[in-house]
Amino acid sequence: MQYLILAAEDDAAFAARDDIERSAGYWESWQGYIAALTESGLLAGAGGLQPPWTASTVRVRDGRRTVQDGPYAETKEQLGGYFVIDAPDLDTALHWAERCPAAAYGSVEVRPLLPPPGA
Amino acid sequence: MTDTTAAVVDEVARTSYGRLVAYLASVTGDLAAAEDALGDALVAALTTWPERGVPERPESWLLTAARRTLIDAGRRRDVARAALPALARAMEERSEQLSGGVISDDRLRLMFACAHPAIAPAMRSPLILQAVLGLDAARLAPAFLVAPTTMGQRLVRAKAKIRDARVPFRVPERHELPERLDAVLDAVYAAYGTGWDDVDGLDEARRGLVPEAIRLARLLAELLPDEPEAHGLLALVLHSHARHDARRDASGDYVPLAEQDVSLWSRELIAEAEAHLARAMTGGRIGPYQLQAAIQSLHNRRSATGKTHWPAIAQLYDGLVRLAPTTGTAVARAAAHREVEGAAAALLLLDELTGEIGDDAVAGYQPYWVLRALCEHELGRTTAPEAASRAVALTTSPRVAAHLRRTLGPGQGT
Repeated sequence: MQYLILAAEDDAAFAARDDIERSAGYWESWQGYIAALTESGLLAGAGGLQPPWTASTVRVRDGRRTVQDGPYAETKEQLGGYFVIDAPDLDTALHWAERCPAAAYGSVEVRPLLPPPGA
Repeated sequence: MTDTTAAVVDEVARTSYGRLVAYLASVTGDLAAAEDALGDALVAALTTWPERGVPERPESWLLTAARRTLIDAGRRRDVARAALPALARAMEERSEQLSGGVISDDRLRLMFACAHPAIAPAMRSPLILQAVLGLDAARLAPAFLVAPTTMGQRLVRAKAKIRDARVPFRVPERHELPERLDAVLDAVYAAYGTGWDDVDGLDEARRGLVPEAIRLARLLAELLPDEPEAHGLLALVLHSHARHDARRDASGDYVPLAEQDVSLWSRELIAEAEAHLARAMTGGRIGPYQLQAAIQSLHNRRSATGKTHWPAIAQLYDGLVRLAPTTGTAVARAAAHREVEGAAAALLLLDELTGEIGDDAVAGYQPYWVLRALCEHELGRTTAPEAASRAVALTTSPRVAAHLRRTLGPGQGT
């Protein structure tokens, strides 16, 4: 069974990525997490996202496309990255969400993926 | 003939429902499907058993029928086709275990799945009560103060989450217990309370709940021997249940605790309760159930000493409201202080309570109005008749209502 682990981070965390004093610690924590996930053999996919101000949001209404600058919802925390893991149950997925660096300063959402059709 | 068979089906449903659902759900991970399959099996039993006779092992029959439904449903939905042989095999194995009577802790696994931190806290206890005792949303809604349709929708959603997010059916590790045990204990106590609130025995369906709640409380204490609160809960229900035979007089009228014939209290149950309370206390972690059990223990000591030590009871309630403040506890505490310091002191505590939680919060709470009516009656307050009529109006049991009319003076709350 696959779960999506969504890491949400706040402005301070996004800023830390390029901050001279904080960036080393920031990236180290993520590298450690990714290494541990890889070693567990559960990792099925992952991606880090550019900061929310690089986002564009598209809507089509009555056949007309509108493009909006920014993410689909303005919230204090924004999506910073995701992981797809193969886990036997929710407790295993929650365990890996707990170890995700963003859990300590932002929030981490765990969602089961729909089973692939016909599986 | 049909009536007798219906009675047998009813009996099997009452005594086996929780175990069968727990076992079916823990094999499939799908609580809603397990409930549906068992429901279908019970309906099938109602039509098949009158014709062919009640099978030798009714539980195994129901299980086989439910299993067939589950496997068919799995095939139809075309879900997890590859898992079907494994499912069938697992059920075969478990079916053998069932006949050996060793699946009792499936219920524990089910209860802990319902108490999982990923389930909304307010839904954990109702979910457990539905899963293990088969109570429907209409029965659960009033106890948890929500509308039946809301309760129904929330239960459906919670069960879908257990299935779709694959909440595991397992007894948590020691370090996870504190987070999850409370909901399980609360559900078992709610099942017990829901059972004997019905002192008139008007509602047939409720009666089965008390023995089931006691069985579950025993199971928890047995399977979690190092958890003081599990022993506390068992001590509490045993102490309360020890007074069962004294709760009604020869004509079936409700007898309040103070007027009960203590010779009718069960010495065996009291002794067993005391042993579990002592066991709980050695754990060194006090909790609300241990305190409530200690309070009931003091009440039951009257059977040995002929007296009730109210100052100690009032003191335990003082501790209980600090540890687990609920409206029920606050009212019971006021009642205890009435015994020690009188009606004026109790009224002061009731006023303090409404000052904190507001008048609306107690508007529909019967014990509050009973105590208020009693205190105001004793103090000769002009508001006493109004409180009395509210108390009587909120009483669902006709016999308890009759008792209140007698106690609070003639012409009250007609």
